Amino acid sequence: MAGQSDPNLSIFSAEEVEFMAEDELLEIVPNMRMDKLTLICGDFGPFFPQMPAQVPLWLAIALKKRGKCTIRLPDWMSVENLTQTLEVERDSQESFQVLPFHYVEISRLLFDHARGDIPDVYTVRSLIEDIRDVRFHKVETSLESFEDARSSAVKVKNLSAMEVNLVRPFVGRALQAFYKHGSPELVPNPDRIPPRRPQATDNIQRRPLRKR
Amino acid sequence: MGERDGEGSAEEYETLIQTTDVELLKKAWRQEKAAPEIMKFEADLIARLTGQIELVEENVEQDAQSGIDPLTVSLYQMDLDRTQFLLRSYLRIRLQKIEKYIFHILATAELYNRLSKQEKAFAKTRCLVDLEKHLEESVLSKLPNNYQSIFKQSMISEENDMVAKPQLDTFVVCKTKYYLGHIQLEDNEDGPSDDRVNQRPLEEPFEMEPDVLYFVRYKAIKRFVEEGRIDLF
Repeated sequence: MAGQSDPNLSIFSAEEVEFMAEDELLEIVPNMRMDKLTLICGDFGPFFPQMPAQVPLWLAIALKKRGKCTIRLPDWMSVENLTQTLEVERDSQESFQVLPFHYVEISRLLFDHARGDIPDVYTVRSLIEDIRDVRFHKVETSLESFEDARSSAVKVKNLSAMEVNLVRPFVGRALQAFYKHGSPELVPNPDRIPPRRPQATDNIQRRPLRKR
Repeated sequence: MGERDGEGSAEEYETLIQTTDVELLKKAWRQEKAAPEIMKFEADLIARLTGQIELVEENVEQDAQSGIDPLTVSLYQMDLDRTQFLLRSYLRIRLQKIEKYIFHILATAELYNRLSKQEKAFAKTRCLVDLEKHLEESVLSKLPNNYQSIFKQSMISEENDMVAKPQLDTFVVCKTKYYLGHIQLEDNEDGPSDDRVNQRPLEEPFEMEPDVLYFVRYKAIKRFVEEGRIDLF
């Protein structure tokens, strides 16, 4: 998100997140015969025509590009499942639906390289985009409620890899700022007035508000 | 791969033998990226992987020349590239951290021992000597006498305040595989004791459910990360 003053070592670029997603397994149906592949990252194959096999995503894409297989759409990406996920996602304000951790990257790669294997590709694509929007909007609104988080840990349930990566720098620094300036001052009074005054972040000693 | 003493259940053992070296490297890479300080160097893992990579490199060359199906060759090459990327990125991040915190690492035995042999050599010779020389010549010699130290801002500083230290307070995203209870989130060592509202109230010990992501202060979970019970993302 916003630029940072020092080059932060701990930022994953989008490509790196995609790299990690490419190791996810999915099913392909090869149309040729190939011997077993003894790769550094594992053994795959041997491949027989029309016999489904499990391979990592990067391998599936590579074979698909050379016309050696078709990719079977993962179950969560079917139109019915996505429509249902979208419904539930829209209805619940607080929680996120369970989606594969790398759903954004997987769907993106499949759209780019395996269009032909996806029935109703445009529907699927627009469903996924809608899901992404709804989820991200939820993330944004929940960021506003961080002020109330007294503990120094925040739970993010069911967030996907790309979403975590996007909010990580901001949330990290926000939480750090909260922690640094001391939680006692930030504990909100239960009957405090809703309009948020920007918290002054200077370190002037303040008289503690009403002792609880 | 079995460095554990036999405490694990059958399930853990299963997972252990199924985890490939590449996955271990990926995990080490993620940890190194996410952690503010340098982690322990995975000497065994890197040695094994380097060996495997060299072997595959030779094979690929031979195969490419002996006319084996180019598809197969290119797949092996892709896998090789991926592994090499992980390895290089892992080493590079560590080097970046060493360069950034060079004085601190050399001064702290615990951190210094986390470096590999080559990294130690790198730190001592290239980093330290070159950096010192550069700072001396370009800046320090031109400052007034009392301000010429690399480590201290001025002669009257009590500690080495010019030394860059990693920020252990950063928040990191992490996950545990098995349930972890009783993590103490707040510590009382930092923060002066003033009469204000008694520092931070010590909260109930924090628990972590398995397989859920949390944003936590690195300092609080440092111990667990070193023991390998929490993964950083």
